[in-house]
Amino acid sequence: MAKVELKKLGKVYEGNVRAVDDANIVIDDKEFVVFVGPSGCGKSTTLRMIAGLEDITEGELFIDGKMVNDVPPKDRDIAMVFQNYALYPHMTVYENMAFGLKIRKLPKAEIESRVKEAARILDIEKLLDRRPKQLSGGQRQRVAVGRAIVRNPKVFLFDEPLSNLDAKLRVQMRAELIELHDRLKATMIYVTHDQVEAMTMGDKIVVMRDGKVQQIGSPLYLYNQPINKFVAGFIGSPPMNFLTVKVGEEGGRIFVEEAAFKLYPAAEHSSLLKSYIGKEVSFGIRPEDLPYADHQGSGVIKAKVTVVEPLGAEIHVWGTTGTQPLVAKVPPHHMFKIGDDVSFAPVMEKARFFDRDTELSILPVKWDERA
Amino acid sequence: MARNRVSARLGPARILLHLALLVACLVWLLPTLGLLVSSFRPRSQIALSGWWTAFQTPFSFTLKNYQNVLTRANMGRSFLNSLIIAFPATVIPISIASFAAYAFAWMRFKGKEIIFGIVIGLLVVPIQMTVIPVLRLFNVVGLTGTFAGIWLAHTAYGLPFAIYLLRNFIQELPSSMLESAFMDGASHPTVFLRLVLPTSIPAIASLAIYQFMWVWNDLFVALIYLGGTPDVSPMTLTMANMVNSYGGGWEYLTAAAFISMVFPLLVFFTMQKYYVRGILAGSVKE
Repeated sequence: MAKVELKKLGKVYEGNVRAVDDANIVIDDKEFVVFVGPSGCGKSTTLRMIAGLEDITEGELFIDGKMVNDVPPKDRDIAMVFQNYALYPHMTVYENMAFGLKIRKLPKAEIESRVKEAARILDIEKLLDRRPKQLSGGQRQRVAVGRAIVRNPKVFLFDEPLSNLDAKLRVQMRAELIELHDRLKATMIYVTHDQVEAMTMGDKIVVMRDGKVQQIGSPLYLYNQPINKFVAGFIGSPPMNFLTVKVGEEGGRIFVEEAAFKLYPAAEHSSLLKSYIGKEVSFGIRPEDLPYADHQGSGVIKAKVTVVEPLGAEIHVWGTTGTQPLVAKVPPHHMFKIGDDVSFAPVMEKARFFDRDTELSILPVKWDERA
Repeated sequence: MARNRVSARLGPARILLHLALLVACLVWLLPTLGLLVSSFRPRSQIALSGWWTAFQTPFSFTLKNYQNVLTRANMGRSFLNSLIIAFPATVIPISIASFAAYAFAWMRFKGKEIIFGIVIGLLVVPIQMTVIPVLRLFNVVGLTGTFAGIWLAHTAYGLPFAIYLLRNFIQELPSSMLESAFMDGASHPTVFLRLVLPTSIPAIASLAIYQFMWVWNDLFVALIYLGGTPDVSPMTLTMANMVNSYGGGWEYLTAAAFISMVFPLLVFFTMQKYYVRGILAGSVKE
């Protein structure tokens, strides 16, 4: 049982620099939660406040229902895996993993069995006598994870643990960490700037920007129901297209238009757009919701191809409507050439609309999926 | 890789560089060589001709200078005294400095910046400024002419630089390594003893060599605080006195100088590995 609760948590550094503002996050027992956002968004600071490595300047932090604001890190029963591994260079792998247990004065036999078990899980049994400098990056990160596992802590914290590894190893370690979470059934909090990591690993994702939590929810919820332009653009690759369009009405029917196209939103979106008639909104459409259309009629976006990225299974076609760029993800059935005039027929049911000023979703969305 | 290739190529520029280095080394070593040769020459010869003439026949070398110094001039006792002074005067300040350096680098307490500023400020206080008040204090408490007194003096004089150097090194240790240990449940003493000390060995070793050499070669501090007490005088003091008591007999001085060099050379060569690494410390971070 380890539930972590952040209530109005904030961090203000000396000189009035605000790193985290009013963070309200509930992390349930056994949940794998990912904090994601661009660098400087406050995700690492939030994690370090949970760890006890940073003072909490505002709000309260609860672990297991107990307020731990003033509890030192060693008494929080938390283990952390750092981006740069943070191994003890003068100790062997075994000693690295046993260090925390020795300090807590566990019996020798218990220490040995725990270290061996963790080494077996992580497949580093053969490395136990080596020193960190004799290990590869992937092995070092495994040792760092092992050092956390042996402690059997209430909560695991990961601070961008895979960003120092090469791409292939990262994918492999990603899968292993997911497996590890299933096996250990522990509460894990994972910080990354990589939205793919967030989407693939998290039960729940917390998107942050400029010290503020933007939205909390499962990967698919955030993907399909982004609360604002930032979340919509941050989650997903290639990112969602945003086209500035003008809302209009003819014969009781709502439409959105730009010089190169005129589209009719789905019925449930139309009513929400009524108050924007005569104004501009941001029309968001994901690249996969822009199928290639071989006709030039109504309901299509006409574009000129600027870049073609054939990835094999799919093609990313970058183009311009004349004034605004867009990208479409299409099956590899059609050959595209730079300069081609093409049409895409957006799936209007999947479209999102955002206020131009506040950048908030015009379609109703929950700030916290479970709230 | 690339650097290896460059150094392997022996172009004219490189030959010129080597030549320049060679000349510099020779010029640097020449006086020492003269001293060495002189130390093996009899007094009469030293007075008559330059040391470079010693290699002409008939050869005239002797071990008598060394014999004299070692047996007659209180040299044995002084050598021992030098050791008795230099070891604690190295170990004590470095121990204190490493504790202080850790505290300055990793602990949070009120007035840290100000106290560290004062320590740095002490770096620029000339020793000469301190001797009169300290000597008067020593006289009052009876530390003049004792080993404890000179240990204390060398500790105080060595501390500011030692703290400054070690603090800079210890501060550069990866913060996540220490944070990881704190989360593993380690307290400050544990982190210091089990993590910071072992990983700071390069810095501590180079500092130890520095401090040891300084104390070993010191004449001034010894002269002030131990002056006139042969029981406790180190080699530097005894050597300096030879010139007077033997009436300008500097053939003894040459031999004594070489005897006094033996120990520091030994220390340097055994710890050289750490010394070089110490200088480069922090350039390679894992």
